[in-house]
Amino acid sequence: MSISKVWVHVEAAGGKVTSSTLELLTEARKLGATLEGVYAGDDAATVAAQAGEHGATKLYHVDPGEMLPGVAAATAMAGLVDAESPDLVLFSQSYDGRDAASLLSVKLDRPTLTNGLALAVDGDSVTVGTAIFGGMTLVDTKFTGPGPHLVAIRPKSFAAESAGGGAAEVVEVGSVDAGRAGEALVLDRFAEEQTGPKLEEAEIVVSGGRGLGDEANYKTLVEELAKLLKGAFGASRAIVDSGWVPYALQVGQTGKTVKPKVYIAIGISGATQHLVGMKNSDNIIAINKDSEAPIFSVADLGIVGDCKKVVPALIEAIKAKTA
Amino acid sequence: MNVVVCVKQIPDPAVPGELTAEHTLKREGKLILDESDSYGVEMALQLVEAAGGGEVVLVSMAPNDEVSGLRTALAMGAARAVLVSDPALAGSDSLSTSKVIAKSIERVGDVDLVLTATESSDGYAGTVPGQVAALLGWPALTFAKHVETGDGKVKIQRQTEAGYDTVEASLPAVVSVTAGVVEPRYPSFKGIMAAKNKPVDAVTAADLGLGADQVGWAGARQEITNVEAAPARQAGEKVEDDGTAHERVVEFLENLKVI
Repeated sequence: MSISKVWVHVEAAGGKVTSSTLELLTEARKLGATLEGVYAGDDAATVAAQAGEHGATKLYHVDPGEMLPGVAAATAMAGLVDAESPDLVLFSQSYDGRDAASLLSVKLDRPTLTNGLALAVDGDSVTVGTAIFGGMTLVDTKFTGPGPHLVAIRPKSFAAESAGGGAAEVVEVGSVDAGRAGEALVLDRFAEEQTGPKLEEAEIVVSGGRGLGDEANYKTLVEELAKLLKGAFGASRAIVDSGWVPYALQVGQTGKTVKPKVYIAIGISGATQHLVGMKNSDNIIAINKDSEAPIFSVADLGIVGDCKKVVPALIEAIKAKTA
Repeated sequence: MNVVVCVKQIPDPAVPGELTAEHTLKREGKLILDESDSYGVEMALQLVEAAGGGEVVLVSMAPNDEVSGLRTALAMGAARAVLVSDPALAGSDSLSTSKVIAKSIERVGDVDLVLTATESSDGYAGTVPGQVAALLGWPALTFAKHVETGDGKVKIQRQTEAGYDTVEASLPAVVSVTAGVVEPRYPSFKGIMAAKNKPVDAVTAADLGLGADQVGWAGARQEITNVEAAPARQAGEKVEDDGTAHERVVEFLENLKVI
């Protein structure tokens, strides 16, 4: 026995397949099984082209209508499972990926392994690698029951690479009846103005924590420095919990994983919660008052000082250099 | 309006965690209310107040009849709690846990809305809210940064990568709330005293009608095959700021050719 068919839950925004989906397709095609995508949303042809380029041969396309896309995708998957018999279904550890994995898990009565960083398939056994205790300890967990096995992988766990393939064949599933789960309707979408790159895709990430002192300093120190370096801005859990910045900006175990070329931590002590989300960055700079702060244990350059003094001086110096 | 809040009692995150011989998280010591859940408790109290009546009921699964974290949430103002504690539950994964939580919510009875965090701070699987909703057969409105109820409906602002979506469903429904959406109140002295006498309905998996094959390691249908230390990252240069440390940062960034 071996794995013969893998499904990937495909996500896209504005006709562009998300980077985490492309990472999943790239990793999944290494398994040598039939690789297919399931997608709920618009622009099926454009999405099929990108999914195909990354190795998918088929794209099941669901029309979500006003439904949450994860709910529509999971409902379609549940309907197709008996006929198509996938062995493994991969999801991104994203908002919609988590909705889809949760719902499918109950519909099929199968466990999910989430927060995966690595995936190993040996014959028909599937093992998922995760990190615990702030990334200090690695754990492998193997499914022992029957498939399909449901796995959610954290973004940035794999590199996305094109396979140079043609467009995936679009198989129209149409609309689905999700019962009461489908009663959660999207009435409206609000896009906040996005300046600069996305947090998970940025080459440079500047993050702030409690050491900033107060909320106003986030804008003047963290956002300002990020903009100057054409990077993205993030945050530690402490200031998300305090309501200074939204959850979408949280870097860490219960937030996002980032792997930029340069990560600058400002006023962040480096709780394990935070370290797991950023310690694989290529270069880490930390600015913190407390010389014993754990953030210094992973920093390539640590500045022991008051961020309210160091960062304004840094901003001025960079402005002078680049003027 | 009656609101159930799913709360997890976890080992103090400030204390380094340890694994048991079975590779599960050690939960023997005193447990505290997961801070992520304090937002749901506060939100529930506000929604019930705005609705002009009803009660906030807590549901929790924890080892050793642990109530410390529940008492914190009861002191904030929740009326009562259902606590599921049973050695048979050790090793439960998120789906088994969700089965326990969903059965507990059914036990509470007349429920209009269930609030959860987006994930716990210790296990952080992140699927329980959706699984509980699916088991109850209710809609799941996830990652809410704003919640309002009225006319038998719940409306949320759902966090997205680009901003937020407005999502609405009729009640009953499950809503997961992101951290920081409301400011959790501190329990008053009166609240703390009152919490000591608030009812906690202690039940086992069997009381909820769940068999041994549905929970614990058997229900989880997975095994941990390896645990090892992650490769450590080396600490680099550390500079004490004397007013010129920013120049060292500039130099570092120049070497990386990012400025």
